[in-house]
Amino acid sequence: MYGNTHITEEEAKRLNTIDEDPEKLQAFEERIANGEKIEPGDWMPKEYRRQLLRMIEQHAHSEIVGALPEGTWITRAPNFRRKLALIAKVQDEIGHGQLLYSAAETLGKTREQMLEDLLNGKSKYSNVFNYPAVTWADVAVIGFLVDGAAIVNQVINSKGSYGPYCRALERICYEESFHLKQGHDNVVYLATGTAKQRSMLQEAINRWYRPLLHFFGPPDRTSQHSEKLMKWKVKLASNDDMRNQFLDQYVPKIWELGITFPDPNLKKNNDGIWEFSDPDWDEFKRVINGGGPCNKERLEVRKYAEEAGRWVRNALMNPSEKYTIPLA
Amino acid sequence: MSNNQINSLDPRVNRLDLSRLKEGKVHTNTHLITWEVFHLEKRGKQAVHVGVVHAPNPEMALLMAKETFGRRGKTANLWVAKTSNVYTFNMQDEDMFETTPEKTFRDPAAYRVRDRIEAYREKHNL
Repeated sequence: MYGNTHITEEEAKRLNTIDEDPEKLQAFEERIANGEKIEPGDWMPKEYRRQLLRMIEQHAHSEIVGALPEGTWITRAPNFRRKLALIAKVQDEIGHGQLLYSAAETLGKTREQMLEDLLNGKSKYSNVFNYPAVTWADVAVIGFLVDGAAIVNQVINSKGSYGPYCRALERICYEESFHLKQGHDNVVYLATGTAKQRSMLQEAINRWYRPLLHFFGPPDRTSQHSEKLMKWKVKLASNDDMRNQFLDQYVPKIWELGITFPDPNLKKNNDGIWEFSDPDWDEFKRVINGGGPCNKERLEVRKYAEEAGRWVRNALMNPSEKYTIPLA
Repeated sequence: MSNNQINSLDPRVNRLDLSRLKEGKVHTNTHLITWEVFHLEKRGKQAVHVGVVHAPNPEMALLMAKETFGRRGKTANLWVAKTSNVYTFNMQDEDMFETTPEKTFRDPAAYRVRDRIEAYREKHNL
């Protein structure tokens, strides 16, 4: 589950001043324009490698950290079947992290270094996981809408130019179709249940509405653009386009249940563009920079796992074996 | 590590007593090695490369491969091979395969004898 990557002003500037062998750069760009994939071992511009690595690494972290809010509810799932489905989903998310770390490793950074950068704050993960799953209804909403949003993003990104990332995303999207279905089932079950269940669902939707709008990143008019990232098929759709696609697919599925979103201005215009109230982008920035309700808990739990599990890793390590960058 | 106690919704997190954390960093010198994973969907098919796992030995590599690549659909078997034991060409030498499609003498469709037979039969009233 992952939203979207956004670049800083400094990074945008760097992308506008590419200093590479013009002949190689041209061949590289032609390959991408022809719809061919780039594979590990191919020549690639330094900035392409850097941006892709950053994006895939953040995506991998999001899978691992994303398992935490839902994992909270495994011990308190309302029945055995829901519990089995939730365990399976959480295991999937960790598996997706594994696939993505491997894809990122092919670009030349070790998994241990990526995990270290997650713990020391250098590397980010999707903002949406800094919010708590307060009730079981939050688990339903995460499974349906957060996964739905992630699938919008991942299906688009699976058409990108880097082979290992595309392959990982195809497998991930295939597996996540189950997350979406079980999330929808869970939402519908609550929506068609008792008055208490309906109000639990409504409250969860109210809590997740803004984080879901934040999920795809700041609006295009305020965010840094890079023609290069589009040309290199690192980024394939703008934040606003992805957000609009998500609203178009999912808002009607909540409305048809007689559940509402906490925004009187949410509506689809005649031109197909969804309109909504300002979801407080200052809050988005605050949470990204560590000020969300769960930032600290998420990282501390990961640190604990690292520290408490280290003796197992050390016991298993064979120091005579040398790490090699994986093939694909 | 943590100065103020975290009050989590998850009782398991509260039981961890995160204030005991000493260091909270990854020892980046403890890389496990990587293994390339091949998936055999069913008997009679070919094993296909599906990805990579990290593990200290082949037994654990297979276990990780089963958890990572055997969670959906059918699996008859999985193979793992150390990445360092796999030899490949350089991706940038792809052009050495470029002339293969031109080698039509390997192509059954390049061998057409019917016209020649018909011409011969006609000429000799066969």
